[in-house]
Amino acid sequence: MATRTRYASDKGLTVRMTATMFLLGLVFVAFVALIIGIMSAAHVSAAGIVFVAVIFGGGMAWLSLFYSDKIALATAGARLVTPQQAPELHAIVDRLCALADMDKPRVAIAPTRMMNAFATGRNSKNSVLCVTEGIMDGRLTNEELEGVLAHELSHVAHKDVQVMTIIAGLLVRFAFYSELFGGGRRGGNNSQAALLIPLIMLVSAVVYAVSFLLIRLLSRYRELAADRSGALLTGQPSALASALVKVSNSMQRIPTQDLRKAEPLNAFFFTPALRPNGSGLSNIFSTHPSLEKRLAELAKIQRQLGQVTPDQR
Amino acid sequence: MGFLDTLLGRTKPVQPKLDDLFALPSAAIQLEAASAFKPTGSGSVCFRAVEGKTFTDIQKDVTDLLDMDAEKGTALPVEVTRDSYGFTWLVSNHMSDDIEGLVTDLHAVNSALVDNGFGPQLLCTLVAFRDDSNRRLGLVYLYKRGTFYPFAPVNERAQERDNTLEIQVKGLLADDLKIEQDLARWFPVWGAPGM
Repeated sequence: MATRTRYASDKGLTVRMTATMFLLGLVFVAFVALIIGIMSAAHVSAAGIVFVAVIFGGGMAWLSLFYSDKIALATAGARLVTPQQAPELHAIVDRLCALADMDKPRVAIAPTRMMNAFATGRNSKNSVLCVTEGIMDGRLTNEELEGVLAHELSHVAHKDVQVMTIIAGLLVRFAFYSELFGGGRRGGNNSQAALLIPLIMLVSAVVYAVSFLLIRLLSRYRELAADRSGALLTGQPSALASALVKVSNSMQRIPTQDLRKAEPLNAFFFTPALRPNGSGLSNIFSTHPSLEKRLAELAKIQRQLGQVTPDQR
Repeated sequence: MGFLDTLLGRTKPVQPKLDDLFALPSAAIQLEAASAFKPTGSGSVCFRAVEGKTFTDIQKDVTDLLDMDAEKGTALPVEVTRDSYGFTWLVSNHMSDDIEGLVTDLHAVNSALVDNGFGPQLLCTLVAFRDDSNRRLGLVYLYKRGTFYPFAPVNERAQERDNTLEIQVKGLLADDLKIEQDLARWFPVWGAPGM
């Protein structure tokens, strides 16, 4: 018997995400090839710069992956809460984890009036789901809060911290340190090496810029993917949509001083705390898709769930 | 989740496992033989309702179907309640010795949701037991894992549960039911309808 499903994956999103990752990979390969090519053409050993960049880039990526939960919690000033301290919050998370059949992350609360939530950690056993006091203060209904938590749990299920740190973070750091150490070797022992250094710095800078933009793009796709999985998990895309509207409206009212403090955590947040006002060009630097885009995608899911006859799988 | 799904940020909604639920009647007999706990005859299915008319229609069809039992006099009408977390509970009440009929009812709800493509919305099923001193015990079936765990609330307000009793029941039923081995997943369902 063919089973029927209402939960088909979004093929367009998958294709766009694959294309972005392919481009990132391409940039990476081209970059390494170019550095080695330049070096060997100038008869200088490539080992030095590449080795140092790999050690530093890889080491920093590993550190930030391994300690992502502790770093994020410390930055947000959040504390872990037990089921006794926050029974309602834990009960919502319990139910969502049982629906999704996933390990329950630890739960933390950050003492800020801003309405937001984030999830971090290198794997599902070590992840932390953190909400702010602002999002718990009753401005969101239980259903809306649940939508937000389902979105964050989807980030955990998609292993977004690993993917973004390993695929994305590694490349940027690699380019960054190549530039740094390429420059650090100034005053080499022959004239060819002296010509080489500006060239390497230039290539690294270009790679850094391109990969930075691609990673922002990837981040936006992963937000849409988390919206989608979260909405399918609860079966209430509209609740997530109205939560998004409420949270982004409250973002605009918050004074800048609080916002500046929140900046280091931006990539992990449910909606970015710092939102550039304009659209268009500023969108390509943004870690999160625009509110309009997110609402439109949720409306699509709503139609999909409401079909009278589900798709054949 | 596969490597590719992780890379592409997809989750496949988890389909429920339904078959292990049918182990309940024999487990109830075992429980009655080995302890003082008897089924109360009530049980419930808990699921996350999907917004929109399609889902509401399906839910209505199921309750109509189950209420046909009530007209025959073998069961009480189905109660539908929505808890504070937004989950819907369908409670079916049978005679305390009719656990087979109860499981059949619960299964009718499951199959109606699964056949219409809403299988991933199923959360758990709960069957209530009670002993002579009126202690309450629920056997909770987790659809996504196909496992059971005991839940023995003592005091709802203080959120106390009788862990000793739960562990004891786990031991008693280890041969009859697939018991959830990961204790972290024995989540409490305070105030569950049908307890």
